[in-house]
Amino acid sequence: MMTKKMDDRDANVEAPNLSAQNVDASEFEKLEAEARSGAAELTTAEAVENFRLEWLGRKQGRLKLLSEVWLQHAPVEQKRLIGQRFNALKTVVEGLLDEAVARSRNTGWSDEALRNEQLDVTLPGTRRPMGAEHPITRTMNELVTIFAGLGYSVGVGPEVETDFYNFESMNFPPGHPARDTQDTLVVAGQERRSQRDRLLLRTHTSPVQMRTMEQQAPPVRIVIPGKVHRNDAADATHSPVFHQVEGLCVDVGITFSDLKGTLDYAMKALFGSSVKTRFFPSFFPFTEPSADVQISCIFCAGKGCRKCKHSGWIELLGCGMVDPAVFAFAAEKQPDYDARKISGFAFGMGVERIAMMKYGVSDIGQFYAGDMRFLEQFA
Amino acid sequence: MKILTIWLRTLLPQLTVSDAQLGEDLTLRGIAVEGIQDLGAGNGSLFEMDITTNRVDAMNHHGVAREVATIYGLPLPTISVQMPTVRPSGVPFPVSIEADDACGRFTARVLRDVRIAPTGEVRGPMSEFAARMFTLLEQKPISNAVDASNFAWLAMGHPTHTFDLDRITGGIVVRRARKGESLKTLDGVERMLDSEDLIVADAEKPLALAGVMGGWETMITPATTHVLVEAAWFDPIAVRRTARRHGLHTDASHRFERGADFNAAPLASEIVSAMLLENGGSVDGEMIDVRVATLEKRTASREPIMLALSEVHRLLGKTIEPEGISATTIEPVLRGLGCELRRQPSSANSAQWQVTLPSWRLDVEREIDLIEEVARVYGYNRFANTLPSFAGSVKVRSEAEVEAAVSVKLRAAGLHQAIGSTFCSMEEARLFEPQPEMAVALGNPLSAEAGMLRPSLMPSMLAMVAGNLHRDVADVRLFEMGTVFGGSTDRVEERTALALGLAGSDATEGVFAQRRELNFFDLKGMVEQVVECFAARSFYFDQFAPGEKLTPEWLHPWRAARLTVDGMAAGWLGELHPRLAAERKLKKRVLIAEIYLHRVQGVPLRKPKSREISRYQPVRRDFSLLMPRHVNWAALNSALTGLNIAEMTEWCAREVLTAGAGIPGESYALLLGATFQATDRTLREDELQEFAARIVAAVEKLGGRLRAESGNGLQ
Repeated sequence: MMTKKMDDRDANVEAPNLSAQNVDASEFEKLEAEARSGAAELTTAEAVENFRLEWLGRKQGRLKLLSEVWLQHAPVEQKRLIGQRFNALKTVVEGLLDEAVARSRNTGWSDEALRNEQLDVTLPGTRRPMGAEHPITRTMNELVTIFAGLGYSVGVGPEVETDFYNFESMNFPPGHPARDTQDTLVVAGQERRSQRDRLLLRTHTSPVQMRTMEQQAPPVRIVIPGKVHRNDAADATHSPVFHQVEGLCVDVGITFSDLKGTLDYAMKALFGSSVKTRFFPSFFPFTEPSADVQISCIFCAGKGCRKCKHSGWIELLGCGMVDPAVFAFAAEKQPDYDARKISGFAFGMGVERIAMMKYGVSDIGQFYAGDMRFLEQFA
Repeated sequence: MKILTIWLRTLLPQLTVSDAQLGEDLTLRGIAVEGIQDLGAGNGSLFEMDITTNRVDAMNHHGVAREVATIYGLPLPTISVQMPTVRPSGVPFPVSIEADDACGRFTARVLRDVRIAPTGEVRGPMSEFAARMFTLLEQKPISNAVDASNFAWLAMGHPTHTFDLDRITGGIVVRRARKGESLKTLDGVERMLDSEDLIVADAEKPLALAGVMGGWETMITPATTHVLVEAAWFDPIAVRRTARRHGLHTDASHRFERGADFNAAPLASEIVSAMLLENGGSVDGEMIDVRVATLEKRTASREPIMLALSEVHRLLGKTIEPEGISATTIEPVLRGLGCELRRQPSSANSAQWQVTLPSWRLDVEREIDLIEEVARVYGYNRFANTLPSFAGSVKVRSEAEVEAAVSVKLRAAGLHQAIGSTFCSMEEARLFEPQPEMAVALGNPLSAEAGMLRPSLMPSMLAMVAGNLHRDVADVRLFEMGTVFGGSTDRVEERTALALGLAGSDATEGVFAQRRELNFFDLKGMVEQVVECFAARSFYFDQFAPGEKLTPEWLHPWRAARLTVDGMAAGWLGELHPRLAAERKLKKRVLIAEIYLHRVQGVPLRKPKSREISRYQPVRRDFSLLMPRHVNWAALNSALTGLNIAEMTEWCAREVLTAGAGIPGESYALLLGATFQATDRTLREDELQEFAARIVAAVEKLGGRLRAESGNGLQ
């Protein structure tokens, strides 16, 4: 129920039943005593306010009525005396009120009153649940942001790809043993289609390189985060579903040293400026020269520990200069991809591996189990 | 693959660096040494190698020795074999290549009166050396015939095969198998041959799967006296097809599939023959060597290619050392690897070479391949780290903005983002895809339970929610944004969808916090907040009677709603059907929603817009109403909207009670809270009373009535 603010009209004050004739000093003394005893009991702010209204209320306050009844009707000869007594009483009441106000303040905020409100501040705070970004998404976004700083836009492509985009245009010719390295999940019923039209689940994000180049003449700078699939049995470090972040940079005059500098910058941005990179020759059909990149072990700072197999280095990603054969496929739709004039590099990294390192995850399967206890750690 | 440093040092007598240094130097050149094992005094080390599949030429001791020689600029002596004198043969052994598209070279050498014995019992420099190397490699010796082939393989990486000559009728024919032919291979398996299989046959029958595995019948046994030594060159694709068809992967097929050295056959044959003959016997006639010119030209006698120093610089960029890569860096590297270089007339800075390629490096065929060799041997880490200049802008995908906006909303509501399996079972696909023929099957699924591409996010969301509940995680709040698949196996369509999965309480944690069980309206509120990310003109939720067969089977028919956004069906939400919950042994109510994000994505994201906030005091009035059951909130809401009271700035249902004192059947009590506020004045009591009267009139028009004007709730 709404509590109405008490105002002057509601002050329930008994009018003094006195005539001017028999007013003497004792009447004023009685009133003063009444005021004093009333004021003495005042402790709360509310009571003080009621006291104020009772005595000093502008319309119905006792002093107001007093002045109307006694002062105005007093015989002329007594007016001066009654007036003095009235003023004296008013001063007393006002003084009492000031005291009561001050006292009520002190009472409400007294140490004792506050002590009664003491809280155990060591009790846990009330927590509203916060949702977490998935660690894989978080890692991908982090990589996307790092490369955005170097001018890379995001490129995406379908998860179901054709053999052409996933393999052939990436320089894995039909029947080539390099295809064996990527066990592929295929869509049913593809046997009667031509090899390059056969549908499969992309085994890497590299096909988006070709899709982008077909759409866009050089220069190109894209970073491709995405989900990929392989026909691999699941274990602690393998999953048939995983994620990659791929990058592609094509322009006039792009060099192997640019590739090195770009990835060195990105790894420092991702793992901290003290991280070192080193590059090893490797083999990927779609890059030439190809390289594997190692970073100095982030767990032991390169001293050698169990995590880096005591080598001080951790292998993290593959990269290389775009193979002219790949440019030749792109040039079928965009003639500006002429390997004699432009050059480029590409790189790809496994997001799960980076996330496992960064967050200390030991089983890759945790990323896909939706376990609340695992996910809430990333909130 | 394993490499012995002691063997490398016999091939490279001038090699002085330590084994550890050697391992690191090789690794940095792409001939990766994964592990180094010290074999004890005088035995050197065992290198565990990890060599990329394109470098089959380096998967043997001589191949690695060539890399070592190139790195350190050492001479690499050729392997020379001391062959016994040849006894001239009256009739050369007949060999013919019928399949001249697939077999480029076939050499055959006839050895007479050999003695098959364990290698360890044979006296002779090669046999003794081989025996020692086998011990260090922990390779089990078998017999001198098999071991000779293995020794040649380990020494120089060319596959060979030995036949029991007495089991061969007539001569050798390399051909495709004929329909109905079969062959029992060395692994004891009787194989039906396909007309595409490349085989080594005699006049009557198949003897071996060419380049893959020998035959049982012509196998060398202790009784063998006459031997035919085969060293050949087979085409990669032909061998790969045969091996795949028979599910075989052997050392020989591995090498041939990746390109063997056309010119290596005679040396391989010599090594095998010489080692076998150390235990007696003689060579019968010269080695028969049949070659196919077209294949020889494609491998051993390729046309030279050009290499320009300017291209090296254009592609590789800056080096740390200022002198960089010059002609004098390039020439010894490529010569060391077996290329022949002819410098073309040109100035020093624009040097060019005509390069003849080695027969063992079929992976090297273009200028870029030579540039890679230069970079590799020079050392990748001697290149500088540079950043290319950039003068463009970064484009942001609109889908990424949508995904970010939705994700932030849901995370703020306390939901964790999850990533579920891409696959589901046929049964799940049928349940969650209203048109089962639109679900796409995999040709080679990981398992029967993962045979389909998920047509909906529901199978994985339910699996994740159930996984939590089964692990006694009481409160589940998950969402997934991901791809779902439809269409047909000819044309697969991908769509982005959003799934929400909730169970248990709101999970507010604290001493003075009250936990509350989540219900349908928590889920609906989240869906509403997601939809409000978009500047949709309208959206609403509706329900269908079970008879209409519109509500998905997986939802509780009376606790399910369809979401419609701008006239498009945009998803379903509700409680999991109790039957499905029971099937999954879920005791808690599970709330799930699937939003067809791809449909909503076309609607622009809502941009925040500020409005004037009134300076005048708002007044709140509650109306305790009694409404007929058939009049739902949406009907009341639209009637209130229809009043067009500009000063009624907000209204909502504060409480709903469907049973209790003073609530007759077929009706329900509803506490309506309304807020009135004008932008230009304080509202007067008479105005408020007029608004109240209009509201009550609207309620009465719907068949409802006022229970009490205001109060502390419904009870």
